[in-house]
Amino acid sequence: MSAPENEHAGPRVDEPTGTSTMGHEWDGIEELNTPLPTWWLYTFYACIVFAIGYCVVYPAIPGIKEGSHGTFGWTSRGQLASEMDAAKAARAPVLAALDATPIEDLPKNPELLAKAVAGGKAAFKVNCVPCHGSGAAGSIGYPNLNDDDWLWGGTLTDIQTTLEHGIRQPGDAATRTSMMPSFGRDGILKPADVQDVVSYVRQISGQEPGNASAQRGAALFAANCVACHNPDGKGNRMFGAPNLTDKVWLYGGSRTAITETVTNAHAGVMPAWGNRLSPATIKMLAAYVHSLGGGEAFAATAAPAADAAAQTATSTGQ
Amino acid sequence: MATQDKQPFHWHGAIEKNITLLGVLSLLVVLVGGIVEIAPLFWIDNTIEKVKGVRPYTPLEQAGRDIYVREGCYLCHSQMIRPFRDETERYGHYSLAAESMYDHPFQWGSERTGPDLARVGGKYSDAWHVQHLTAPRSVVPESIMPNYAFLAKNELAKPDIAAEVKALAITGVPYTKDDIAKAKEDLFNQANPDADNTDLIKRYPKAQARDFDGNPKKLTEMDALIAYLQVLGTFVDTESAAAQEALAKEKGR
Repeated sequence: MSAPENEHAGPRVDEPTGTSTMGHEWDGIEELNTPLPTWWLYTFYACIVFAIGYCVVYPAIPGIKEGSHGTFGWTSRGQLASEMDAAKAARAPVLAALDATPIEDLPKNPELLAKAVAGGKAAFKVNCVPCHGSGAAGSIGYPNLNDDDWLWGGTLTDIQTTLEHGIRQPGDAATRTSMMPSFGRDGILKPADVQDVVSYVRQISGQEPGNASAQRGAALFAANCVACHNPDGKGNRMFGAPNLTDKVWLYGGSRTAITETVTNAHAGVMPAWGNRLSPATIKMLAAYVHSLGGGEAFAATAAPAADAAAQTATSTGQ
Repeated sequence: MATQDKQPFHWHGAIEKNITLLGVLSLLVVLVGGIVEIAPLFWIDNTIEKVKGVRPYTPLEQAGRDIYVREGCYLCHSQMIRPFRDETERYGHYSLAAESMYDHPFQWGSERTGPDLARVGGKYSDAWHVQHLTAPRSVVPESIMPNYAFLAKNELAKPDIAAEVKALAITGVPYTKDDIAKAKEDLFNQANPDADNTDLIKRYPKAQARDFDGNPKKLTEMDALIAYLQVLGTFVDTESAAAQEALAKEKGR
């Protein structure tokens, strides 16, 4: 470890800069001992002081059982709770009004209804968009909520029930449920019979002219399908059985698609939201979906039977 | 040496010239940092909350988790809902450390190209998951997620599930001897709608036993992945009064 003699030349003042050197030199290379700028040095000391203060007022120092709490008593979760409380307080009047208003009476209060629709729109974006699409237009297997074609009913209460309990939600006793048999797969109908039924369905939906196959299909339809889809093929909301005479198809109306449906029945599932969202949120969502264009007015509850029929007629026309 | 004595910090020269001494002293400095920042996490109480409900994954869920890791889902999806209003309003209650205490390794992630999945369990139907994993854009038009249609075709290959469960038990996941012995049958039974799963659900509370991928005849990777996704974030009842009370009292975090 014997150092070369010139390693410790001793500090001297460097002439061009006027700064002293560190005092060592290797092969003629010396290091300037430039002092730190004063502003930098004091900023550095200020940071140290700040850090000490920070450790005192915020949770920082670990102990035997738990970390220090800090004199401010701040917690990230506490801050969240207070932010949530503030947001809740801001929304409270509307939510209280919603809680107090049965959903049937919502249309009578246009101001509250408008707020409910706005809140429902936000909740829809968070919870419903993945299946029903950002425009609520659905896709294959997921219903379009903009039209007036409803599987389980389109009044505010119907939509509320669907939201709360879902459709075929396992574990929810009140969920909407029905099970179309897989006529082809389970051998209830032979493949040729399935084709005949498909011909008939395509005839009543106005996609194909009637023919011999459709005529045979009509008999099979009467024997197998009318219990849920009704003799006229217009469906039954009690079973969520779709109307087969219109042009709206959940799983497609082509021959291939209907053949697939009759062969391997679909049993779409919508989750139950009752245990996930508050009753007020569900009301808001129902109001939003109802407002999209296909919402139906109440038929039986609002008025005597004759008026009700007229109301239904006008409301479904919108 | 004589000239150096006049310098401030001249004693430091001795450290700089003795590599062993420098090494030992550097180690001591790093140790202080480690002891202060890392070590307390092993003993202070508020590292992991005491909440009820967290259980080890069933063999099928664990197999799904392995697929999640294999396919690199964590590269785009986090599993960590931070305690911010915008996150909790979208994804649900913020994540608790306890909820990933049996994850080896945890899947918190650091990237959110896709949404957070910490509480995705039960949010969508199995059929939705199948369709979304098969063709993401058929349900989310703006999605850039790759197609994972092959998962429904791949038979779940897990010849060593009992060994895997046992290995996890060694790392501290509380699987019982019974769980390890029955790992293989649990793996197949959970996705078999005809199997009797009362014992499985007793050993793994809140386990969901059904056919997940819409094809009851075959146990596929799709079954396993969906079983895993459907259980994410469902263990702890975060809305229960007891949990709320315990979290409200918490300090120092």
